[in-house]
Amino acid sequence: MRAARLHHPLSWWALAALPLAFLGLFFLWPLGTVLARGLTDAGVDLAGMIEILTSPRTADAVVTTLLLATAGTVGSVVIGVPAAYALYRLRWRGQATVRALAVVPFVLPTIVVASAFTALFGRSGGLGFLGLDQSMVGIVLALVFYNVAVVLRVVGGAWAALDPAPTEAARTLGADPRRAFLHVTLPALAPAIGSAAAVVFLFCATSFGVVLVLGGTRINTIETEIYLQVAQFLDLRAAAVLSILQLLFVGIALAVAAWARRRRDRSSTMRRVDGTRLATRGDAGAIAVILVVLALLVSAPLVALVERSLRTTDGHGVDHYVALFGQPGRAVLPVPVWAAAVNSLAAATVAAAVATGLGLIVASLLMRRTGRSAILDSVVMLPLGVSAVIVGLGMLLTLNRSVLGVDLRGSWWLVPMAQAVIALPLVVRTLVPSARAIPAPMRDAASTLGASPWQVWRLVDWPLLRRPFGLALGFAFAISLGEFGATTFVARPDQPTLPTAIYRLLGRPGIENVGMAFAAAVVLALMTASVMMVSERMRTTVGSDL
Amino acid sequence: MRMQRTFTIAALAASSLALAACSSGGEQDPGAQPSDTGSPGPTATGDAAPDLGSEVTVVTHDSFAVPDDVLAAFEEESGLDVTFVAPGDAGALVNQLILTKDAPLGDVVYGIDNTFASRAIAEGVLADYESQAPAAADAADYALDGSGALTAIDYSDVCLNYDLAWFEEAGLDVPQSLGALSDPQYRGLVSVTNPATSSPGLALLLATVAEFGEDGWEDYWRALAENELRVTASWSDTYFTDFSAPNYGGDYPIVLSYASSPPSEVIDGEPTTAALLDTCFRQVEYAGVLEGARNPAAGQAVIDWMLSDEFQATIPDNMYVYPVSSSVDIPEAWAEFAPLAEDPHTLAPDVIDANRDAWIETWTSIVLG
Repeated sequence: MRAARLHHPLSWWALAALPLAFLGLFFLWPLGTVLARGLTDAGVDLAGMIEILTSPRTADAVVTTLLLATAGTVGSVVIGVPAAYALYRLRWRGQATVRALAVVPFVLPTIVVASAFTALFGRSGGLGFLGLDQSMVGIVLALVFYNVAVVLRVVGGAWAALDPAPTEAARTLGADPRRAFLHVTLPALAPAIGSAAAVVFLFCATSFGVVLVLGGTRINTIETEIYLQVAQFLDLRAAAVLSILQLLFVGIALAVAAWARRRRDRSSTMRRVDGTRLATRGDAGAIAVILVVLALLVSAPLVALVERSLRTTDGHGVDHYVALFGQPGRAVLPVPVWAAAVNSLAAATVAAAVATGLGLIVASLLMRRTGRSAILDSVVMLPLGVSAVIVGLGMLLTLNRSVLGVDLRGSWWLVPMAQAVIALPLVVRTLVPSARAIPAPMRDAASTLGASPWQVWRLVDWPLLRRPFGLALGFAFAISLGEFGATTFVARPDQPTLPTAIYRLLGRPGIENVGMAFAAAVVLALMTASVMMVSERMRTTVGSDL
Repeated sequence: MRMQRTFTIAALAASSLALAACSSGGEQDPGAQPSDTGSPGPTATGDAAPDLGSEVTVVTHDSFAVPDDVLAAFEEESGLDVTFVAPGDAGALVNQLILTKDAPLGDVVYGIDNTFASRAIAEGVLADYESQAPAAADAADYALDGSGALTAIDYSDVCLNYDLAWFEEAGLDVPQSLGALSDPQYRGLVSVTNPATSSPGLALLLATVAEFGEDGWEDYWRALAENELRVTASWSDTYFTDFSAPNYGGDYPIVLSYASSPPSEVIDGEPTTAALLDTCFRQVEYAGVLEGARNPAAGQAVIDWMLSDEFQATIPDNMYVYPVSSSVDIPEAWAEFAPLAEDPHTLAPDVIDANRDAWIETWTSIVLG
């Protein structure tokens, strides 16, 4: 097997050095520094650590985290799976737009979305009658709003590529549709659903802004506890202990996801087909029901957002959109919002290029399952499950100085690097299934015929990876555009990104400021939707994890 | 590598207007040698360190703002290239300075307030400096006992604000004190922020400790909690989402904000909100040179600049707080719509620092528990 040349340990590690160096510098070093300081600064105190772990406050936070994450995951799956059928298995006019819209929430800044939800749930809000203000149920709804997109993409991709023949055979043999679904379709989809559920669980368990704002600080999770311990009480030990606890949960969720993926990848060696079919008149009812549910869940907060962006002192108008092009009060922002948007675009371009470039390398390295590829896979996924406060603080502790002779203090480049760290796991999950689906005999044949590893990659791998690469690029770009948690620690005040500009606009009284914040959020949503629509077109039938 | 030079000569030229209005020193030849103007402002001291170096980094929070022209004039006169870093919001600032003590984030910090000042001093993140700038005498009124490390730059009052029209329509008396808010007639009308996640929330907690004493504040919050007090995570949730003022249309006619907020809610020349001036806590913001700074002399020059009339005059419009200097004008709208509390609540910074964490935990168990 000469194509295995890349899989020689030495050349494998040589290629792995680049992504590992990147993650090492911008993620592992900062993370390790915070954890080490927390655990050892005041001397290693095991009793103290155990005390934190066993305190009622921690227990409460753990239970709440598990409850919220479980409910958010179940909700996302219950709504996402039928919606995946309607939006991906069936074909109908206009579905591309609905698909793109459904993904927008995933990358919207939590501060604005949470505020839109709060307005909806308030006493006089559109959904005020539900009595969900500052409740667990309200938070769960917001979590589902954010994460249904993940289920849609993962399960939708698998469903679109599902061979309809076995189901048809079952029906021919006399199974009613329900039986055929439960015994044929569902088992085939189970790995995709499991993989999606694990990722959603992870996002829900580490959710911060939604829990803090919608819970009105009454509801505490591990993530909000970490934030409080760092930002208010300066208790790095507690923060470190809680972070490790969180990593434990993340590890379990990732293991479940990997297990599900393995089953899916195995099933992906089966025949890949275009399993979509044109929607018929008989499907109209089902599509309508799903559209109504999605509309209620996804568009109610988005409509609330748009309404607030148009609200002025004497009615409604586009004043706040016009203001995006002017210089706001200097108190608020040193640059006009459009300049922040340009800065965001620039940073997201760099971040997306870095994340997808590294992602491509990682995907090539993960093509074959070995012990070392499992290690690399876990390391790359870690940023998904570490609190942004910890990452941001870590970057502050480690990168605000000269590193290898390069002065990084206040460097603009820290912003796209932080964003690339956050985007990388999702890029890898998008690319790996396609990379693993590349037929090994094809690569082997090319090698046998004398192609160098580079030629094999260029002539065999790349043509098959090009389309998921486009999708990953779009995803990385959209995520970088919306990233706030880590960016806020490293963005320079005179060069805000769109999300940090929104945050600052919300820090000053006056309707012009809150109006501009919401208008800027709508612009961000539109930018995201456009990027996602373009990348939708690059979607393959092979499917991806995201 | 930077994407752009934010502060350009063009900005300097374009906006000499604002500078000319309040400055006598601003008309100096911009080409003057840096050594002639070792520190900015009309009373620049000749005996300041002659060599300030070429770069200075100011650590601040994300509410810091100064007009480009005023900054450009300072850079021109001092020969310094000023960089601002703002790692997060005001509350987290001191903690981050403490964590980065070994490799300081910059030369000078602006934005440490009296609720966290003692922690910063106790942790040794600041070096002593006594400014000779014009407003230093005014700043001394707010000096911390027993330490020369922090120089007061500005102050503000955190106060409850109320919706004028709502109270008129409801025919309800406006509550005149903190104590009145536990009255059942104000049930479900008040939205405040959590002291653990929001600095105005902490200020309100401290105001109640000052008002009701260490023995009484817990009972007061117990009564408020029973009176359907609403608590949110941040000021923007309480103000933009909850406030019933005409600009926002929320459900709560009394919210936690600042004495300086009402001018932002003037519609057609008429105020729509006002501050309850007997509910205020005074927040003072300080600047200080960082211990271990690369360029302490330049850090000192920045503090002198912040006390100069040029800088002090920009404070109200740019940061919505009052300058310590008694010689600069306050905007007219402020005199009309944003008067300060005559007798705000205060607590000594060392008392705050000794009890802050315990008070917040007690508050949490009473109000949210």
